[in-house]
Amino acid sequence: MRERFRKFVAGLSGKSGDKATTAPLSEKQIDSIVRQQENTNAMQQLIAATGQSVGKQREHNEDSVLAITSTLAGMSNNVPFGLYVVADGMGGHDFGEVASNAAVRIIAGHVLRKFQPYLFSMPPEQPQDSLQEIMEAAIRVAHEAVQKDAPGSGTTVTAALVLGDQVTIGHVGDSRAYSVHPSGLVEQLTKDHSLVRRLEELGHLNKEEAANYPHRNVLIRAVGQGDTIEADIFTIPFPHGSTLMLCTDGLWGVVPEDVILRSLVDASSLARACNNLVAAANAAGGPDNISVVLVQMIG
Amino acid sequence: MGSVYRARDMHFPNITKLVAVKEMINTAPDPLVRQTVVLNFEREANLLATLTHPAIPRIYDYFSQEDRSYLVLEFIHGKDLEAIINETNGFLAEDQVLAWAVQLCDVLSFLHAHKPDPIIFRDMKPSNIMINTDGDVRLVDFGIARTFQVGQRGTMIGTEGYSPPEQYRGEATPSADLYALGATIHHALTRRDPRLEPPFSFAERPLRRINSRVSAEIEAVVSTALSYNPSDRFANAEDMKEALMGVARKTGALSKVRVAPVSPAAGIKPIWSFKCEDEIRSTPQVAVGMLYIGCYDNNLYALTATDGKFQWKYPTEGGVVSRPAVYEGNVFFGSQDRRLHVVNARTGKVNWTYFTDGPIHSSPRIAEGHVFFGSDDRFLHAVNVNTSRSAWKFDTGDMVRSTPAIANEMIYVGTEGGELMAVDYRGTLKWHFAAKRAISSSPAVSPQSVYVTSLDGTLYCLGAKDGWPVWRFRLGKGSVSSPALIDNMIIVGAADGFIYCLEVQSGREVWRFRTEHQVSSSPAVYRDAVYCGSVDGNLYCLEYRTGRLRWKFETEAAIIGSAVVFDDVVYVGATNHHVYALLA
Repeated sequence: MRERFRKFVAGLSGKSGDKATTAPLSEKQIDSIVRQQENTNAMQQLIAATGQSVGKQREHNEDSVLAITSTLAGMSNNVPFGLYVVADGMGGHDFGEVASNAAVRIIAGHVLRKFQPYLFSMPPEQPQDSLQEIMEAAIRVAHEAVQKDAPGSGTTVTAALVLGDQVTIGHVGDSRAYSVHPSGLVEQLTKDHSLVRRLEELGHLNKEEAANYPHRNVLIRAVGQGDTIEADIFTIPFPHGSTLMLCTDGLWGVVPEDVILRSLVDASSLARACNNLVAAANAAGGPDNISVVLVQMIG
Repeated sequence: MGSVYRARDMHFPNITKLVAVKEMINTAPDPLVRQTVVLNFEREANLLATLTHPAIPRIYDYFSQEDRSYLVLEFIHGKDLEAIINETNGFLAEDQVLAWAVQLCDVLSFLHAHKPDPIIFRDMKPSNIMINTDGDVRLVDFGIARTFQVGQRGTMIGTEGYSPPEQYRGEATPSADLYALGATIHHALTRRDPRLEPPFSFAERPLRRINSRVSAEIEAVVSTALSYNPSDRFANAEDMKEALMGVARKTGALSKVRVAPVSPAAGIKPIWSFKCEDEIRSTPQVAVGMLYIGCYDNNLYALTATDGKFQWKYPTEGGVVSRPAVYEGNVFFGSQDRRLHVVNARTGKVNWTYFTDGPIHSSPRIAEGHVFFGSDDRFLHAVNVNTSRSAWKFDTGDMVRSTPAIANEMIYVGTEGGELMAVDYRGTLKWHFAAKRAISSSPAVSPQSVYVTSLDGTLYCLGAKDGWPVWRFRLGKGSVSSPALIDNMIIVGAADGFIYCLEVQSGREVWRFRTEHQVSSSPAVYRDAVYCGSVDGNLYCLEYRTGRLRWKFETEAAIIGSAVVFDDVVYVGATNHHVYALLA
């Protein structure tokens, strides 16, 4: 599209003769014109892809991933809807997969049940609870289920509920949500609930010490652990023009940001980008299970 | 995980001997896990059976049956400390907490002196401390008092809240129990549950900042116990007990002395004040050196902003409670006489008026060459400012006393029927949201979200484009106060007398400030301060990041309208007929 536009602009200035001095449009101007034109008739929709690997050093996959992408037929227009979750299970006795699996299924079930009147009834009814209350309750129910099904174990959960152009994130543990912009801006949206980050925050470790800290894998919060669960829950605008990335530490812990960015930008599709990211983590030794979800908003 | 039953020991049929039976249901489907769980349980039983101490419940028996294991323990008549903290109104008395803490030091000394290996309790927290009917402590739930499994593969989990940093690294030492005891005392004296706070953040919440009644001495003991480095804490439980006893000796005589709350400098003097003939319930407007304010005496007043000198007044036939808008040399305002009045800003001469079918309480907002306002006639009106003709009116189905907010090419307005309506510039409804009671306040709008309060006692955050509820925050009572947005915070008052500050992304409370009566006024933010009136008669100036009181100005009559700040001067009207100008 942009190429076509540039040719079109070049064609115009060519016609007006060599002597005419026309200030060329800047990249930014072209971008904004292109974006405006794209917006005129395109409907907003989500696309998503997932990638997973057990890694090279583990026998079990204790990660779980979920991606549901849809469009809700709304009152006046169609609304993009998506639910994306990554979970990294842990705990002795190889029970991590039970925890992460249960958490992902229960969160998805809870959220979808809450949206049922909107999805399937006429006229559509908005849920009584706010998006953040739905997310909070989903994680709380998952917490109770993990305690019951896999006592002693726990799991991280990073979940993104997209509705319209807002995304509500629920987060416990050290899996992460990122916004990755093709210009090179890689922004971490969640804060790890890990000992190392807490120590860094308190100024007991500097960045370098933190990077080499021997107990990088110790969490201070996990779904299934403790009497009560407190998830970080917040709502932000969907990062337009960027890719929303959810991943476990098997990816972010081993693949540097510039490689993440390149894997994304170089890929011809989101699914390929997922493959590239998983391959990059395995190329770096694949010490842990690897899970990633990529989401983009088009239109 | 498991339940505790109160049971009667039938070995003694002639008397009632109560015991506690702790049941643990083994829900783990995996046989290996199940076996480990039973082993842990039996270890707890065996460990407990070897201990004899008044603060440790005696164990009578244990057994397993199918997927359940049971421990028969001494029954403790009493309550756990967490329940006591939660059920107490206000803070527990320092003396009381001190007495329990000393007993806990005793039992920790006993455990730490255990031979051959010291026993580390590892899970000191209020819910594991029972207070019996005699007021003595009993330490329960030794389930976690087992060897910490180090060298586990993959990610590990530590218990959040009361545990010291080194426990997350798998080191369990007597010093860790002392830290957890410090955290427990901290929780008991501040009511702040450390599980709901960032880990190791006690240093950011010193005792006396939250509970000004506790002594500096106990604060010092608690902060020593909570030192980040184990070497900075007490060497052992005896030392900590000694320090606590020292506090008891010192404060024993002084326990009745209370630190008076610091009252900020009184005697704020207004730059000027001006008296109208009736109550002022509206909010002033400042433009081009002039201050405009409506009054219940039916007039709109124009005063010089710098000295409060009277310039002109314009009479209507009803009370003026709306906030005037100034646009292209004209002042626009509604009156209870059902009209929108448009008068020359300099002379006070009427240009035109516009009739609605009901009293006007909503304030006009001007955008795109139109003035938008609501009326008790149920309509949202859009009137062309140049032709004074109605462009359209939108039937909301109920009285509109809310002031429309205009942003994102939409008009957002509340109704007395509890609806929030989003209408586009052509007067077409885009979405609506139903609150449980009237929305009389004006929404605050960001590109993403609409924030609005209702008389149902809720502050709602709704998606700006679709009206989906993103979060809700429960206020103590209903609210007619319009929120103010600043940075990533939202500030609003409510009828419960509080001014609240919340984080916009999560709807979590950042701070709240208590006034002595309901807050109908809307907060105004200027530089780093928030200005808000209260029906208690004060105008409060608070630091907006912390909610700390900077100063207050007493008018001796309810402040219902809101303050405006312009060029470092705060202007506010009160029901004592006065309008004041104060230095911000």
